[in-house]
Amino acid sequence: MIEFQNVSFAYEKKEYVLHDMSFRIEKGESVGLIGANGAGKSTIMKLLLGLLQGEGKILIDGIEVKKDTLGEIRAKLGFVLQNSDNQMFMPTVYEDMIFGPLNYGLSREVVDQRVDEVLKRLDLEYLKHRYNHKISGGEKRMGAIATILAMEPQAILMDEPTSALDPFNRRLVINTIRELDQTKLIASHDLDMILDTCDRVILISGGRIAADGPAKEILSNKDLLEANRMELPLSMMGKK
Amino acid sequence: MNKMQKALHELSEMDELAARQSPIHSLHPAAKLITTIVYILITLSFDKYDLSGLVPMVLWPVIMFQVSGVDVHTCFYKLRIVLPLVMAVGLFNPFFDKEIMVTIGGVGISGGVISMITLMLKGVFCLMMSFLLMATTKIDSLCAALRKLHVPAMLVSLLQLTYRYVGVMTEELAVMTEAYSLRAPGQKGIHVSAWGSFLGQLLLRSMDRAQELFSSMMLRGYHEHFHYADIRPFNIKDALFMGLCIAFFFLLRYADIAQLIGGLFVR
Ligand SMILES: Nc1ncnc2c1ncn2[C@@H]1O[C@H](COP(=O)(O)OP(=O)(O)O)[C@@H](O)[C@H]1O
Ligand SMILES: [Mg+2]
Repeated sequence: MIEFQNVSFAYEKKEYVLHDMSFRIEKGESVGLIGANGAGKSTIMKLLLGLLQGEGKILIDGIEVKKDTLGEIRAKLGFVLQNSDNQMFMPTVYEDMIFGPLNYGLSREVVDQRVDEVLKRLDLEYLKHRYNHKISGGEKRMGAIATILAMEPQAILMDEPTSALDPFNRRLVINTIRELDQTKLIASHDLDMILDTCDRVILISGGRIAADGPAKEILSNKDLLEANRMELPLSMMGKK
Repeated sequence: MNKMQKALHELSEMDELAARQSPIHSLHPAAKLITTIVYILITLSFDKYDLSGLVPMVLWPVIMFQVSGVDVHTCFYKLRIVLPLVMAVGLFNPFFDKEIMVTIGGVGISGGVISMITLMLKGVFCLMMSFLLMATTKIDSLCAALRKLHVPAMLVSLLQLTYRYVGVMTEELAVMTEAYSLRAPGQKGIHVSAWGSFLGQLLLRSMDRAQELFSSMMLRGYHEHFHYADIRPFNIKDALFMGLCIAFFFLLRYADIAQLIGGLFVR
C-alpha cells in the first residue's frame, strides 16, 4: 500500500534530514513510526502526501507520488494533523466534515449520510453543529478524526494523535484508532499508545531506520530505545 | 481571557452571526454583495459638503439591522477598533477649509467642519453595511458567489484565505502577548525595543500555521471551486430585493429627501 524506495530529503540544500530510506507497508497493517523529536517522522508523512518532494520514489497503491498524481493519491490518504486547530478551519464540525467529500464531487445526500454514520460510530453526534472555536482540545481532536473518516480514505496517517490530550481524551483517541480497519501509519513518541494500537514499529533516528519489526519486540528492547533517546513504555516496565 | 483572545473570540463569532436565520440571511449572497457595493459607491458619491443629502442614507442600514435581527450594539462594539481610524480621515479638514458655509443660531460653521462630518459619516455608513454583509453571509458562500460572478478564482481564494489567516494570526498574537506579559509583569503593552523581533516572530509563526492550514485544505481536495459552500440558484426574490434596494438608493441619492420630509411638515 505504501512504499518508500531509497528516499532522501533535505529542507535546506545538502542538509539531509532523511537518508536513503526504504520500507514497505502492506494493506491493513498498523504501523507505528517512532523516534525522538526531530527524527524525521513528520517529514516522512509530508513526503507521502506530496506536500514535500524528495529524491527517490514513493508509491501509494502502486501509483508514484508526483505532481500529476496528487489528486488521486490524496483521495486515498487521510491525514490527521498534529495541531487540530489547523485541521478544523470551517466554522462548525459539520461543515468541516463535508468539506473534503464535497470537494471530491460527492452529492450532498451521500455526504450527509456519511457524516451521520461516522458521528454515530464515534459517538460524537452531539458535536455535529458545534462551533470549532467553542469545543475543547479533546473534542477537536476527535472532530478532526471524524473529518478524515468522512472522506473514507484507504489509509490513515496520524501525526502525534495523542499530543496535548488529557488521560481521558487520550484513551478515547486510542480506542478509536484501535477500531479503525484501514491501513494505519501513526507517528508518535507516545510509546504506550503505539503499543496499544500498532502491530509493527519502525524506529527512526537521525533520518534513518534504526529498527523495523513487531511492536512488542522493539518496544520491549530497553537498550535499543534508550540508544535512540526514548524510554520503555510504562506497560513494559514491570516485565522482563 | 486576555485582550487578544477576546478579539479572536469576537472574530469567530462573526461566523455564528452569519449562520443565523432571517429574511436577509436567506437571500442569495450575490444579491447582498451587489447591493452592498452599490450602496457604498452611492454613499461615496455624495459631494463633500452635501451633509443634508447624505444623512438619509442611514435609513438603509437601519432597516437592515431591523430585518436581519443583527444587533446595532454588536456592530459598533466589534467595529470599535477600526471606527476611529475611519473617522480620523477627515479630522484635519477644519484647519484647511475655514470659510463659513452656514450659520446656526449665530454660530458660523465652516466648510471644513461640514466636510469633516460628511467624510466621517460616509466612513461609518460604509463600515456598517460591510459589517451587515459579513454578519448575514457566510464567508464561503460569499466566495462561492464571487466565483459565480466570474471574479478570478485566484482573487477569491486570496480573500477566503486572508479571512482565515487573520484568525490564525490573532491566535498566534494571543499566545505571544501572553508569553511576553508573563515575563514582563506590570508592564503595559510591549516595549518598543521588542517590537521588531516580536513582529518578525509573529509573521514566521503565523506563516507556518497558515501553511499547515492550507495544506490541510489541499489534502481534502480544495481546488477553488467552493463545492462545499451552501449556494442555491439566484431566484426572483433575490432579484426583487436587489432591484428595490438599488432603486431606493438612487431615490435617496437624487431626490431631495430632506426637503421632501421637511415639506410635509411646513405645508
Ligand atoms: N520547515 C523546515 N525547515 C527546515 N528544517 C526543518 C523543517 N521542518 C523540520 N525540519 C527539520 O527536519 C528534521 C526532522 O523534523 P520532523 O520531521 O519535524 O521531526 P519529527 O516529526 O520526528 O519530530 C528536524 O531536524 C527539523 O529541525
Ligand atoms: Mg513531528
